[in-house]
Amino acid sequence: MTVTAPPREAPAPPPPARPSAGRRAWNLWVRWWRRLTAMRTAIILLFLLALAAIPGSLLPQRSLSQSAVARYFADHPTLAPVLDRFYLFDVFSSPWFAAVYLLLFVSLVGCVLPRAAEHYRALRTPPPAAPRNLLRLPDSARVDTPLEGTAALDAVDEELRVRRYRVVRREGPGGPELSAEKGYAKEAGNLLFHLSLVALLVALAGGKLWGYEGSILVTEGQGFCNVFQQYDTYSSGPLVEGGDLAPLCVDLEDFRAEYEDDLTASSFRADILFGGPGEEGRPQTIGVNDPLRADGARVYLTGHGYAPRFTVVTPGGRTVEDVSAPFLPTEQSTMASEGALKLPDLNGDADSQLAIQGFFAPTGVVQNGILTSVDPRPLEPQVAIVAYQGYLGLDTGRPQSVYSIDAEQIDRGALSRVGSANLAIGETLTLPDGTAITFTGYSQFAALQLSHDPGQVWVLVSAIAVLVGLLAMLLLRRERVFARVGPAAGSGGTVLTVGSLTRGGGEGGERFTALTDDLRAALAARVPARPTPPAGGAPPDPEVPTP
Amino acid sequence: MTVDTTLADLSDTLFSVSVGLYSLAVVAFCAQLAFGARPAAQRELVGAGAPVAPAADTAAPAAEPPNVRRYGAAAMVLTVLGALAHAGVLLFRGLAADRLPWGNMYEFATAVVLVAVVSFAVLAVRRPALRHLGIFVLAPVVLSMVAIGLFLYAEAGPLVAALRSSWLAVHVSTAILGFGIFFVSGIASVMYLLRVRHDARVAAGTATAGGLLDRLPSPVAIDRVAHRTAVFGFPIWTFAVIAGAIWAESAWGRFWGWDPKETWAFIAWVVYAAYLHARTTAGWRGRAAAWVNVVGLGVMVFNLLYVNMVSTGLHSYAGVE
Repeated sequence: MTVTAPPREAPAPPPPARPSAGRRAWNLWVRWWRRLTAMRTAIILLFLLALAAIPGSLLPQRSLSQSAVARYFADHPTLAPVLDRFYLFDVFSSPWFAAVYLLLFVSLVGCVLPRAAEHYRALRTPPPAAPRNLLRLPDSARVDTPLEGTAALDAVDEELRVRRYRVVRREGPGGPELSAEKGYAKEAGNLLFHLSLVALLVALAGGKLWGYEGSILVTEGQGFCNVFQQYDTYSSGPLVEGGDLAPLCVDLEDFRAEYEDDLTASSFRADILFGGPGEEGRPQTIGVNDPLRADGARVYLTGHGYAPRFTVVTPGGRTVEDVSAPFLPTEQSTMASEGALKLPDLNGDADSQLAIQGFFAPTGVVQNGILTSVDPRPLEPQVAIVAYQGYLGLDTGRPQSVYSIDAEQIDRGALSRVGSANLAIGETLTLPDGTAITFTGYSQFAALQLSHDPGQVWVLVSAIAVLVGLLAMLLLRRERVFARVGPAAGSGGTVLTVGSLTRGGGEGGERFTALTDDLRAALAARVPARPTPPAGGAPPDPEVPTP
Repeated sequence: MTVDTTLADLSDTLFSVSVGLYSLAVVAFCAQLAFGARPAAQRELVGAGAPVAPAADTAAPAAEPPNVRRYGAAAMVLTVLGALAHAGVLLFRGLAADRLPWGNMYEFATAVVLVAVVSFAVLAVRRPALRHLGIFVLAPVVLSMVAIGLFLYAEAGPLVAALRSSWLAVHVSTAILGFGIFFVSGIASVMYLLRVRHDARVAAGTATAGGLLDRLPSPVAIDRVAHRTAVFGFPIWTFAVIAGAIWAESAWGRFWGWDPKETWAFIAWVVYAAYLHARTTAGWRGRAAAWVNVVGLGVMVFNLLYVNMVSTGLHSYAGVE
C-alpha cells in the first residue's frame, strides 16, 4: 500500500500509581496488539511468509508427489525423518506455515479495520479547513482577478466540482475560503484490496474443507462412478461425507492423441459419456485445457497410455480372452510403458497363479534382443514380456502396486520366472507347462481426475476484487485543494491563493499547473467586458514560486 | 504445421544483430558517462530536498557539452534500433512456427529482456537524465542476451498440447511484462544503493567525488524510478498470477497447487508487496526498501532459471536439452 499508515507510536505514559493486575494485563495486551498491527511487523511477517514458502519448493512435497518424498526418504535415510518432524514435506499444510499467514492476516485485519472506520468518518466529514498560509503547501499559486471575492471563489468551486472534488466553503479568519478533496476511492481501494485478501483466504479454506478429488485410470470401453471406493487415489476435505459426492458416472468411449511431424503432442482428446448413475450418458469430448464441468464437479483428462491385451490359454483348455492392464508410460516422448498383468484365478489354486511383467512399445524396434520404442504413435506395437508362475501374494494383506509384480515374492521363491519373449501383435509365448500367452492388441487408457471445490468461485471473485482494489489504490490520487480570497492591495480587485496537497507524497506539480491555468481561464471568462482596456496592460498574475 | 526455416534463421540472425546493437549502445552510454562533465553541485542540494521538481532531473543534460550529448543521443538511437531487431527476433519466431513466440524458455527470456529494454527506453525518452542509467541497464541486458543465446537456445518448433490455449496469450504475456518491468525496477534499486553508499563515502571523506557514480541522477530520482516501475509492475504481476491460476484450473484440475513455479511466483508477489509497504514505512524507507526490491529481482531470476531448469514441476516447458 502506498498510503502511510496512521501513526501508531506513542504508548501511553506510565501512570503514577501502580495499576491493578487487570489493568496491567490490558496494557500489555494493547501494547502487543499495537506491535502486531504495526506496518513494520506486517513487513517482517511478509518476509517470513516468503521464507517459509521456500522449503516447499526445494524439498519434495507429499501434496505434489508421494513417490518423490519416498525417494527422498530412501536417498537420505537419516536426514529425512528429521525434516519430516518439522513438516518439511508438508510445508503448506504445516502448523508453522499456518502460524505465519494467520499472524499476517490478524495483523492485516488489525491494521485495516481501524482504517476502514477512519475512512468511514472521513467520508462523512467535509474536507478540513484551509491551512493559514497556503503558499507553504507543496504546490501553490496566486492569481489576481478583477472579480469580486465570492465570484472568484465560485469559479474555483465550479472548476473543482467538474474535476469531481468534494468542495466545502467556509468563512475563515483570513477571508472566505474553500477546501476540496478527491480520491476517496484510493483509500477505499486500499481497504478493498486487503479485505479481499482475507476473503480469498476464507474461500480457499472453505474449498479445502468441503472439496475433494479422485483420480482413476480408465481404459477405452470402461467407466467409473463418483464414489471414493472406485478411485485409484482420492483426497477429501475433513467435512466431506461420502453421500455428498456429486452423482456422476463417466464412461470412456475413445481416446485420441495427435502429434506434429516432429512428434510434439498437439492434442489429447477423450470422448466420454457422462450422467447420473443408471442414466443414459450424454456425449462430450474433453481434452487438455478443456475439462467437463457438470453439477459442480469437473472431470479432467490428466494423462494417457496404452493397455496391451493378451489372450491366455491354459493346458487345461481354459481360455481367458483379451485381458488387459494399463501400462504406465515411462517416457512421454516415445510412450515406452511398463506394467504388469496379474491373473490370480487362472488355474483355480493359489500356487499356479500367472503374472506377466512387461514393457510396451507403441512403435517397437528390436536391437540385439532389446525392445525399445521410437515413436509415441502406435505404428508397430510390440511387447517384451516376462511370465511368472507361482503365488502372487495378493491376499497377504501387504499392499502392492498394480503396475508391477511384488519383487519380494520372487526373492522368496514363491514366484518363479517361466519364460520371456518379444511379441508383435498375434505372436504367442508358450510356457514350459504349455500355457500360451498371445499378444492380441492394445487399448488406450486415459487418466481422469474428478474434482470438486465449492470455494473456487469465491476465490476467483476475491482475486478480482484484490486486483480492482490494487488498481484503485495504486492509480488514484488523494488530493486536497484549498483556496482563499482577499482584497488586492490598491487596485480594488481580488487576490486568489490556491494551494494543493497530494497525500502519500506523490507529485502534483503538472496537474496543479493545469488546474491553475484552467482557473485563470475560467476567471477571465467571468470578468464582464469592460468598456476600456486596462491602461497598464493586462494585470500581472505571477505564479509565486515555492519557497 | 511445419516450421518455416527461412524465417527461423532470420530470427536467429536478428538475435545476433540486436546483441551487437546493444553492445554498441553500451559503448556509447559509456562514452557519455566518461566524457560527461561532473554535474554541478547544486543539483545534489536540490535533490536532497523531499519534493524534487522535474527540473532537477533535466538539469544534467543541459549542463553537458554538445559532443557528449551526442553520445547520449547515439546510445539511445542504438538502443531503439537494438530493440527493433530484438522485437524482430520474436516476430519472426512467431511467424516461423505460426504461434505466439513464447512457448519455451529461450523465447520467454528473450521477451522479458525486450520488455526491460523498452521500459528503459520509454523512461529515458521521457526523462533524459535517466539516460545516465543506460549503461547499467544495457550492460546486464547484453549479458542476459548472451547467456540466453548460449544456454537457453531452443530451435523454433510447435507448441506442446498443454500450451495450446488462449490463456497463453494472457498469462505468459503479462508474466513477461511484469518480469521485464521488475527487471528495470531492480536495476534502479541497485543503482540507488550504489549511489547512496558512494555519497555517504564522499561525505565521510573515504571516497572522492567525481567518479562515474556522481554522474548518475540524484538518489531521490533513481529511487523514484524504482518505485514507480514496481508500482506499475505489481498489478501486472498480480494479474499474471491470477490468470495463471485460472488457466491452471482448466488445465491441471486445480487453481493452485504449490507447484514450484507457483510457489516462487507467490514468493515474488509477497516480496514485492513487502517492497511497496516498506517504501512507505518509516524505518524502512530508503536503503532497506531498495534491498527488498533487489531481493525481489533475485527471486524473479531464480524463478526463471532454477525452477525451469533444475526442479521438476508442471511448468517444465524449458525446451533446453
